[in-house]
Amino acid sequence: MAEPAQQKVFAPWEDPTEKPIIRFEGVTKRFGEFTAVDNLDLKIYRGEFFALLGPSGCGKTTLMRMLAGFESPTEGHIILDGQDVAPIPPNKRPVNMMFQSYALFPHLSVWENIAFGLKREGMEKDRIEARVSEMLRLTRLEQFARRKPHQISGGQRQRVALARSLAKAPKLLLLDEPLGALDKKLRQETQFELMDIQEKTGTTFVIVTHDQEEAMTVATRVAVMDHGKLVQVATPAGIYEAPNSVYVADFIGDVNIIEGAATPRSTPEGAQVEIAWAEGLAPIIATPTEPVSAGQKVHYAIRPEKILVSREPDMARANRVQGKVIDIAYLGNISTYRVRLANGQMISASMTNARRLSRRDFTWDDEVWLNWTDGAGIVLTR
Amino acid sequence: MNRKLSWFNVTSLTLGFAFLYLPMLILIIYSFNASKLVTVWAGFSTKWYGELLRDQQFLDAAWVTLRVGVMSSTFATILGTAAAYVMVRAGKFRGRTLFSGMIYAPLVMPEVITGLSLLLLFISLGLDRGIVTIVLAHTTFTMCYVSVVVSSRLMTFDQSLEEAALDLGASAWDSFRLVTLPIIFPAVISGWLLAFTLSLDDLVIASFTSGPSSTTLPIKIFSAVRLGVSPEINALSTIMIAIVAVGVITASLVSKRAIQRQRAEEQVGNRT
Amino acid sequence: MNYRRFLLIAVPYAWLALFFLVPFLIVLKIALSDTAIAIPPYTPTLDLSGGWAGIKAFFQGLDFENFVFLTEDSLYWKSYLGSLKIAAISTVLTLLVGYPIAYAMAQAADEWRPTLMMLVILPFWTSFLIRVYSWIGIIANEGLLNQMLMGLGIIDTPLQIMNTPSAVYIGIIYTYLPFMILPIYSALEKLDGSLIEAAVDLGCTRAAAFWRVTLPLSRPGVIAGCFLVFIPALGEFVIPSLLGGSQTLMIGKVLWEEFFSNRDWPVASAVAVVLLLILVIPIVLFQKNQEKAEEAGK
Repeated sequence: MAEPAQQKVFAPWEDPTEKPIIRFEGVTKRFGEFTAVDNLDLKIYRGEFFALLGPSGCGKTTLMRMLAGFESPTEGHIILDGQDVAPIPPNKRPVNMMFQSYALFPHLSVWENIAFGLKREGMEKDRIEARVSEMLRLTRLEQFARRKPHQISGGQRQRVALARSLAKAPKLLLLDEPLGALDKKLRQETQFELMDIQEKTGTTFVIVTHDQEEAMTVATRVAVMDHGKLVQVATPAGIYEAPNSVYVADFIGDVNIIEGAATPRSTPEGAQVEIAWAEGLAPIIATPTEPVSAGQKVHYAIRPEKILVSREPDMARANRVQGKVIDIAYLGNISTYRVRLANGQMISASMTNARRLSRRDFTWDDEVWLNWTDGAGIVLTR
Repeated sequence: MNRKLSWFNVTSLTLGFAFLYLPMLILIIYSFNASKLVTVWAGFSTKWYGELLRDQQFLDAAWVTLRVGVMSSTFATILGTAAAYVMVRAGKFRGRTLFSGMIYAPLVMPEVITGLSLLLLFISLGLDRGIVTIVLAHTTFTMCYVSVVVSSRLMTFDQSLEEAALDLGASAWDSFRLVTLPIIFPAVISGWLLAFTLSLDDLVIASFTSGPSSTTLPIKIFSAVRLGVSPEINALSTIMIAIVAVGVITASLVSKRAIQRQRAEEQVGNRT
Repeated sequence: MNYRRFLLIAVPYAWLALFFLVPFLIVLKIALSDTAIAIPPYTPTLDLSGGWAGIKAFFQGLDFENFVFLTEDSLYWKSYLGSLKIAAISTVLTLLVGYPIAYAMAQAADEWRPTLMMLVILPFWTSFLIRVYSWIGIIANEGLLNQMLMGLGIIDTPLQIMNTPSAVYIGIIYTYLPFMILPIYSALEKLDGSLIEAAVDLGCTRAAAFWRVTLPLSRPGVIAGCFLVFIPALGEFVIPSLLGGSQTLMIGKVLWEEFFSNRDWPVASAVAVVLLLILVIPIVLFQKNQEKAEEAGK
């Protein structure tokens, strides 16, 4: 899949001469019988906003805690800026962490919380003053400096936690579900604020989240994790448009997954594949991103918004299939139609609501056509 | 639940608290009885208080008890807090099971056994019985109570606060001194108070471990009370009840605000 | 950092080992020794100057004679049985007194609960000895209770309560009541009021709802409270010696007298060892109950 042009501006991972700031080399972490992180290799580059995404228990938090120094790998090495961090205790690492609970010290004021790390460094008083003021300004907390954490709002606490972990100007900032405690609206605002602060300070951020929307919004690259392994590491657009597995396709956004048997064929436009998926229905025609063999069992993934719903078949699109509208989910900006095909399979298709509701084209029980091009979906072999 | 209490509940509360408080109330009233015969009311008088304050033996015993209480509860608080920290935070180490057994066993050990065993130890060590041995004995049995109080606070303590301190460059000792201790301090104080009260209150262990020169107040009271009710003991009891009541009520009024503040703080610590 | 961790573990560990574990081993050793008219009043004593032979002689000198003695003299097993009986009866009575109070506290309005809690805890902070003592003036033959009852003409001769097991029951109920109320209250307080409403909605009467919902759900608190009363009551010394008189046999008192009056250290130690063995059962059961309650609470 072609990536949007502006993504090319910052893409150190595509430059083979670039040195990563963090390298995981064959890192495994076991807790007794349980393997939290399984022989994992990963490179993260300077200035990245890197997201570790996955369901709870997938090993993303363990990965982060190993970076911070609260857990040590059972096997393998973590190299930070050319140095193996294994022997460095957490209080000596040039890495700071923003905790999921924020872990603000309840008995200290906002100012003292932010100054805590600087005082431990033994920084002089006036330099601490200056640095804390700078952090307060950055996070717009100037007027709350003297307050205790319980005297400010949730969003402000989140900013104190951020300011505190940034105060020591770490090489790497770890954020553990930093927005999990905020309500949805505040979360969205704060996402942009985080991106803004990351850009201003130029610090490398590694964020752990289970919220795919959050990962997609803030990150330069997203690593999708499952059972201690990295399933896919790519830009948000890459993850969404070119998932490498059913797991990733299903985890990010809505998707229709259709199972079938593949038959490769070559056409003047290039390699194509026909997927036989239901008796009596025409095979799906798709452009494969990886070679498939004849008769191979594949999954075909297509996003609802890539499907056009129409009264008459759209001959310009390679795939056309007829069905009946069973459900309509009206979400304001878009509507999602659940359409049952002749073989009983349900397919979701979403359409932008460009028109007012009263003049909507389709309603329940309408016979409609679903149309999509050969490049709209993706053929997945795992 | 803001509904009205049924007559049944009101009755049980009234009878229950009457049962708990009437005997002490009677004790207090009769401490002001002019008659030596405790069961006959002969008019109001404070003379027993006067006699009590002139009784050098009681004053000596009170002084011994106070010193033992302060010393043993202070040692017990230090040792008990350390033990609680070990129990909750130190993870696995050799002999952990034995350690936790030794922490909890004294709580259920009959005092006669604790007293007897400590006395036999002091004799085989050749230690002369006196204030030192009572302090050692009291420190041992009260430190277990302190460690229970402190460890229950430590268990609800958000561990990420300590991790945050380490992450910001604090050493393990600094993170304990600057973060953990200030936050668990109310529990440490209540541990101290509990240890102090238990030490003031203890008759059995002190009887085994005290020497002739170190009679504590409970030992003195016990030997007086064995002979029956005495107005002087009534007066002493009244003084002790008054001190405790004033202490507990002030402490609870003062700490009410502190508790509210702490609750608010905890909500910050724990995720909302 | 590591030596700090070592110190942190080692200091309380060593303290408890020296002042809790070692004393107990000494008790065990003396329980196996013989009484002697000497200082210390038992034999053998470990004489390390005798070398290996001394140690051997020491171990040969140990036997179970004192334990055999405990079974032969009816005073001891009667005292053990007496303690068990008194502890059991007073635990049941404390439960009967404590449950309604705990229940009423849990039903009270939120703003009243802290005050009620404090009223329950307050006696606990006052001297145990004084609380036991306060009953002497009430239940003695010429005490307030008898004076009142006789004054009202209900009885002619004073009730003999003092120096009977009844006085011990009263003393135990009175002093251990907070231990019964608090765990039951905390179990009842957690109880979701809508459970009762649901039971009533499903056709239970209020009484049936209490019997079928409230009571079973407060069971962990009841069990905890019973153990918290039973275990210390078993080894109680102060209450039987102040209120129970000479005819009330409880083992804590026997141990005390064996040691202080008879100066028979080996027998006192043997009494202590057997008492501990008896206590192990309720303590282990209590531990199991607490673990179960903890798991259910998670």
